Amino acid sequence: MKNILPETTPFFPRDREWHPPAFTPGYKTSVLRSPQRALISLEGTKSEITGPVFGHNIIGEFDNDLIVNYAKPGEMAIGERILVYGRVLDERGVGVPGALVEFWQANAGGRYRHKKETYLAPLDPNFGGFGRTITDENGGYFFKTIKPGPYPWPNGVNDWRPAHIHFSVFGHGFAQRLITQMYFEGDPMIWICPIVKTIPDENAIKGLIAALDMQNTIPHDMRAYKFDIILRGRRSTFFENRKEGN
Amino acid sequence: MVQQLHYLKESASQTAGPYVHIGCTPNFSGITGVYETDLGSGSLVNDKTRGERITIRGFVYDGAMTPLKDALIEIWQADSDGFYNSPSETRGKADPNFFGWARQPGDMATGEFAFETIKPGKVPFRDGRLMAPHVNFWIVARGINLGLNTRMYFSDEEEANAADPILSRIEHRVRVPTLIGKREGDTVTFNIYLQGENETIFFDI
Repeated sequence: MKNILPETTPFFPRDREWHPPAFTPGYKTSVLRSPQRALISLEGTKSEITGPVFGHNIIGEFDNDLIVNYAKPGEMAIGERILVYGRVLDERGVGVPGALVEFWQANAGGRYRHKKETYLAPLDPNFGGFGRTITDENGGYFFKTIKPGPYPWPNGVNDWRPAHIHFSVFGHGFAQRLITQMYFEGDPMIWICPIVKTIPDENAIKGLIAALDMQNTIPHDMRAYKFDIILRGRRSTFFENRKEGN
Repeated sequence: MVQQLHYLKESASQTAGPYVHIGCTPNFSGITGVYETDLGSGSLVNDKTRGERITIRGFVYDGAMTPLKDALIEIWQADSDGFYNSPSETRGKADPNFFGWARQPGDMATGEFAFETIKPGKVPFRDGRLMAPHVNFWIVARGINLGLNTRMYFSDEEEANAADPILSRIEHRVRVPTLIGKREGDTVTFNIYLQGENETIFFDI
């Protein structure tokens, strides 16, 4: 990584009109899990603007290839082969290097490998459904996987999740910590999903839909979807008007 | 028209969902052989770590006082001298034997979480006053649309807590105890209440 000075300024405030509110009755589980009192605002202290950094040594050779990372030797996961790539940026448009990105998903039939999962679609013996990577010096990342299937879930009597991949992202400060989901361009299921609909702003939803990128397909192998992830930006250091200790 | 600021908007959050364990703690969820260990699992402490050993234990309760059995909890804290192990820590160098970050799922049967760590030192507030020792918490789960941030302070730090710039500016004093972990011996109990009379104070950080 380049030898750049670490940033020590607080983050931009989070726009809570843009994110889903805590209480979203259309997504029933939120009803009893949503704090009801106002959050207390806390402008970034060292506790919020610092965060853990993960080294490339934690990443295994196949951690960013879900097609093979759980498969038996010589075998592969079943499904539409795709490359997911993009950049982790912050709100200033600056790439976030060294960011740990974790992802997990259902298999091609919409089934998760989890004890509490009961959907009748079968498990794929060669698909675990998770991986991770660390962004390069420009914030870039990629992984190979199969396109997950949609699946029904117990909320309304006929609610379905659109095909999606879960993302967990670490930036450079604990206040940037984010979990979100990636959806696929052209999927009509996106707009009828109660979890998607927790997001009040249509443009915020569009920001979670990965674009099909035919320029970056791997010929005769896999199509590409581009998904950029935006983390909170950081204030500029114009004046050092803070007292010692920050 | 004026010039454009060209800021991007943060990606909107979506719930971690019921299967967050697959991605973040696969070995815990029974999927072995891909990652050697789950990131952030195990003790934060080794033989050389400086500081007082403690175990933080607790549950996350929903509005019906039922413990969540699918929550994922992350902590981030300073070392015993009050330094964070982070490039953005510019005041000094943190204990190289203390990473400061960990994550644990609640037990699938009971919901209880536990962290083996050390008691952190004091970290300065923005104006230089010292904040009382505290551990930063981040909680995600099915039904939580945007990760929740709170802090755990320590019941054996009454004087420091009284002088803490965050605790002392909370208007509703009756809520302050929701941020205090109760210390008994080496164990600090910190229960998190998502709703109800004892709803934990959550921060917009």
